[in-house]
Amino acid sequence: MGRTLAEKLWQDHVVRQADGEPDLLYIDLHLVHEVTSPQAFDGLRAAGRPVRRPDLTLATEDHNIPTIDVDKPIADPVSRAQVEALRKNCADFGVPLYSLGNIEQGIVHVVGPQLGLTQPGMTIVCGDSHTSTHGAFGALAFGIGTSEVEHVLATQTLPLKPFKTMAINVDGDLPDGVSAKDIILAVIAKIGTGGGQGYVLEYRGSAIRALSMEGRMTICNMSIEAGARAGMVAPDETTFEYVKGRDHAPTGDEWDAAVAYWRTLFTDSDAIFDAEVTLDAATLSPFVTWGTNPGQGLPLSASVPSPDDASDDVDRVAIERALEYMDLTPGTPLRDIAIDTVFIGSCTNGRIEDLRVAADILRERTIANGLRLLVVPGSARVRLQAESEGLDTIFLDAGAEWRGAGCSMCLGMNPDKLTPGERSASTSNRNFEGRQGPGGRTHLVSPAVAAATAITGHLSSPADLD
Amino acid sequence: MEAFTRHVGTAAPLRRSNVDTDQIIPAEYLKRITRDGFEDGLFSAWRKDPDFVLNQPQYQGVSVLIAGPDFGTGSSREHAVWALQNYGFRVVLSSRFADIFRGNSGKGGLLTGQVPQEVIEQLWDMVEADPGTEVTVDLEARTVAAGNLVAEFEVDDYVRWRLLEGLDDIGITLQYAEAITDFEGSRPAFKPVTQ
Ligand code: SF4
Repeated sequence: MGRTLAEKLWQDHVVRQADGEPDLLYIDLHLVHEVTSPQAFDGLRAAGRPVRRPDLTLATEDHNIPTIDVDKPIADPVSRAQVEALRKNCADFGVPLYSLGNIEQGIVHVVGPQLGLTQPGMTIVCGDSHTSTHGAFGALAFGIGTSEVEHVLATQTLPLKPFKTMAINVDGDLPDGVSAKDIILAVIAKIGTGGGQGYVLEYRGSAIRALSMEGRMTICNMSIEAGARAGMVAPDETTFEYVKGRDHAPTGDEWDAAVAYWRTLFTDSDAIFDAEVTLDAATLSPFVTWGTNPGQGLPLSASVPSPDDASDDVDRVAIERALEYMDLTPGTPLRDIAIDTVFIGSCTNGRIEDLRVAADILRERTIANGLRLLVVPGSARVRLQAESEGLDTIFLDAGAEWRGAGCSMCLGMNPDKLTPGERSASTSNRNFEGRQGPGGRTHLVSPAVAAATAITGHLSSPADLD
Repeated sequence: MEAFTRHVGTAAPLRRSNVDTDQIIPAEYLKRITRDGFEDGLFSAWRKDPDFVLNQPQYQGVSVLIAGPDFGTGSSREHAVWALQNYGFRVVLSSRFADIFRGNSGKGGLLTGQVPQEVIEQLWDMVEADPGTEVTVDLEARTVAAGNLVAEFEVDDYVRWRLLEGLDDIGITLQYAEAITDFEGSRPAFKPVTQ
């Protein structure tokens, strides 16, 4: 019987297999950031263990770092301690690190692909759930906890039980103004935040094939919000084209050998998925969330739901709680929701294509009175690229703040936070209570919706601007 | 790691579904670089409310958390496990856990027992009626017992064995160092390195 892409990747990385035990899987790339690693390095030190393969490990500073005044010391003492711990740990254990100020610094999931370190057929882990981003290249990439970080540092392997596989088929042509972000928000609304639990999702179909690598990354990034372990897209010419010529991409004969292998990485036609979900791209429209988990989303043209729409009691309570936290009234058109702050950035939508989409909409326009628009590139290189294209000027002229690279308001660990009761439209991936700052209220949106919303001051799509 | 065979303690009812790791421990607490002292961050947003279950005098000293469905969704932060453990929890019961949280718990020595939602409801009723109710969690027998109720819980076989033995992951893997070295010898040359 044929194998799925996920099964092929799995089998290619098994170091050891024994009945009744998890498989021991080899890890090709281990990405590290300052939040989930200090205790892991501490553990190694306590046990007197070295990092087995510093040359397959890469660290970057992203979660805590400020996005303004980046040349000054980090003001918050705790953030500074974490960043300094990472610097010391990397120096002590020989792990390469891109620090604040380095041209390669940025959000870990933006940096890996950008450097060409993320390639098809790899196993990639990081102590961060959005590691699923890298699956866009046809890699098996998933988030791990801190003790697993320690395990990979010490052994370059992980004991794991095989994941189940789920096909997400998205066929048809996306309507104008509908993007990868809308696809994934619609998928999560359809299968729920627990729907992908235990699965690797493989996104397939003509609508996925038509996406750029950046669009595929946006989709794979949010697989975790459906509860999945990982998301992936089989590599194709779009993938090879993107990887080719990057700093860490293979060259010469090695490139040919790599591509020959990568071309074998697809789900066989007779392979069977444990589950399948189908979506018609042509029926999709801009999607936004109204509640406090990423599954609580609806088309922008819809209205705030009522607890009476709930399918069961658990759902009813969840809707009630979400409406209370979000301070929303059932029946309000989503388009009428007024927004205080718009955040464009994060590992979901902080790449150059996202900034181009937003800039196109903001060109020669200004943001609504009293609204705050933060544009935070996903990496220092994205920032430089945007500046070379003049996007920074468009943002600044529109009234936005143009920041340095990092996670920023995606999770509010640095000073970029919502204040209690403040409402944001955000291109990030999580609308949990307090995610962007205690008491803050988040609506997840695409970069296009974010930019249009910044102009009108309430949730809007670019079509509303004409 | 401390071995886990059987645990007896009082329990707190957490009548909420979809408790994500941002609720268990908000991001602002993750900045620490140590492994202990996270109890002050546990459910910190909710603990500002005097009526929150853990603030009630009758639920002081609890060591079993009876949670709603989809517990531990969201970020892969293992700090969520440490926060629960630092606070004094040894066991969390729910009808459904997020995978990463479950994995992290097993490794950290926190037992996550999966039981049907009906059992959760019964336990909620029981510990609300009598907060002093002792809950016995027997990992050997995979049972949870309280009052007249005895129910089986699901736990992964391998996680169970490790908890029973108190085994550390890395030590187990390093027994296979030779197999790892062999595997490394067969990796294609085109795979990238970071330096
Ligand atoms: S941008 Fe947000 S989701 Fe992405 S790694 Fe940073 S904090 Fe996590």
